[in-house]
Amino acid sequence: MQHLEELKQQIRDRLPALDLVIGWEAGFDPLRATPLFMRQPDDVDRLIIGPQCVHNLATHLTGLKGRKIGIVVKGCDSRTIVELLQEKLINREDLVVFGVPCSGVVSVGKIGRKMGSLDYVEGVEFSADSVTVASEGVQNSFALEEVAADKCGRCQYNTPLLFDVLVGEPRPGDVVDDYADVATFEEQPLEARMNHWLEAMDRCVRCYACRNACPMCVCRDHCVAQSRDPHWMTQEDTVENKLLFQIIHTMHLAGRCTECGECERSCPMSIPLLLLRRKMNKEIDALFDYRAGTRIDATPPLLSFKVEEEKINERGW
Amino acid sequence: MSAVDATELRIVGFLCNWCSYGGADTAGVGRFQQPTDLRIIRVPCSGRIDPLFVVKSLINGADGVLVSGCHPRDCHYSEGNFYARRRLEVLKKFLPILGIDHRRFEYTWVSASEGQKWKTVVSTFTEHIHQLGPAPKINREALVLARTLAAKAV
Ligand code: SF4
Ligand code: SF4
Ligand code: SF4
Repeated sequence: MQHLEELKQQIRDRLPALDLVIGWEAGFDPLRATPLFMRQPDDVDRLIIGPQCVHNLATHLTGLKGRKIGIVVKGCDSRTIVELLQEKLINREDLVVFGVPCSGVVSVGKIGRKMGSLDYVEGVEFSADSVTVASEGVQNSFALEEVAADKCGRCQYNTPLLFDVLVGEPRPGDVVDDYADVATFEEQPLEARMNHWLEAMDRCVRCYACRNACPMCVCRDHCVAQSRDPHWMTQEDTVENKLLFQIIHTMHLAGRCTECGECERSCPMSIPLLLLRRKMNKEIDALFDYRAGTRIDATPPLLSFKVEEEKINERGW
Repeated sequence: MSAVDATELRIVGFLCNWCSYGGADTAGVGRFQQPTDLRIIRVPCSGRIDPLFVVKSLINGADGVLVSGCHPRDCHYSEGNFYARRRLEVLKKFLPILGIDHRRFEYTWVSASEGQKWKTVVSTFTEHIHQLGPAPKINREALVLARTLAAKAV
């Protein structure tokens, strides 16, 4: 990564005025990066950028509100920051955003399915459009496109929408996202759709990784999944309870979800959670012409109204 | 008019205190004939209705859910129903991905003086729900059934 040194220098320059800067470092193997919290100049040496830097680091911001934070963001992550700022969940003056134009991140899940096993990855090499993975004596190359996260295939925001420092060349995002995946899923009969969710939610272990990884789930100890007053959900291991939680999460994210995909990525049971969020966003976009995290001065649609709604057909009875 | 009539389905109605609850009362005082499937829950304002009230009802076995509030611009709290309108519309559009028939949920506006309109709303909605029949269950039994059917198909 030719821009890594430049990014490191920018971070070092600004670190003295900040409590910490959040970026990525190599994880337990070279395919998996992990968040890096840089407090000392030495920490900056461990920084990496590349297609393995999948985490949306903005998830950490609300927990650090009130401190001076620097953060490295890809385009999609920057949408989350826009949304957080818009909802006043973080303060702009406490934030230094280091933007990196992005050409996509890998889905470890996809690579895992292709390789068969990914228990320990010995080596990874990235080129401009491919990735070579060596694991347990087997070596395979894949086109980046083929193993990229689904969200990257429809990404319109490769260049961060907001930044204080931009490292690298801006990249145009010229793809159109027409929510074709949602439409395809909805071609099935209703019964098949429900059965799909029953099957999927039956696997859920209620670990709440999906919620904890979500940058817009900011309620912490007051999350309805665990609050007793009101007692929305029981602790029972029933499929209807688990489905209810995902609907709650989706509803609470209506008009706010920036589709970073962290819920789905963090789910240990590979439940396709993003589809529910995207369905919600599709309808919000159709009704209110609004995509979360794209306009800093907008109000989320469900926190506002128009006396005459243009696109709501008030069914006359 | 027995409450345990076997042909009854379970319909939950969330009615705002200031208009639709009054409208239902007016219909009652006027002795209009109405179906008896609806169980009414009175809420202060349609803006008080968390879409999750509706979802939770549907997941826990309601065959239909009806929400009714004051007409837009006539809200007792000025704007509660404007917010409700957005949320409820979004909810209605969201249900299909879950495999829940969106016709099992409706929202509308009935004022306190519209006893006749309330009768029409409740009769029409109940009729629609009867056409749809009992809602498919969302529980372990349904899951087991789905698996059995899937296994047979192979
Ligand atoms: S969605 Fe866009 S910005 Fe985000 S990781 Fe993929 S290509 Fe990069
Ligand atoms: S699921 Fe809802 S209540 Fe729970 S943390 Fe997320 S937004 Fe908050
Ligand atoms: S991360 Fe997956 S398994 Fe854990 S609570 Fe969420 S849906 Fe369930």
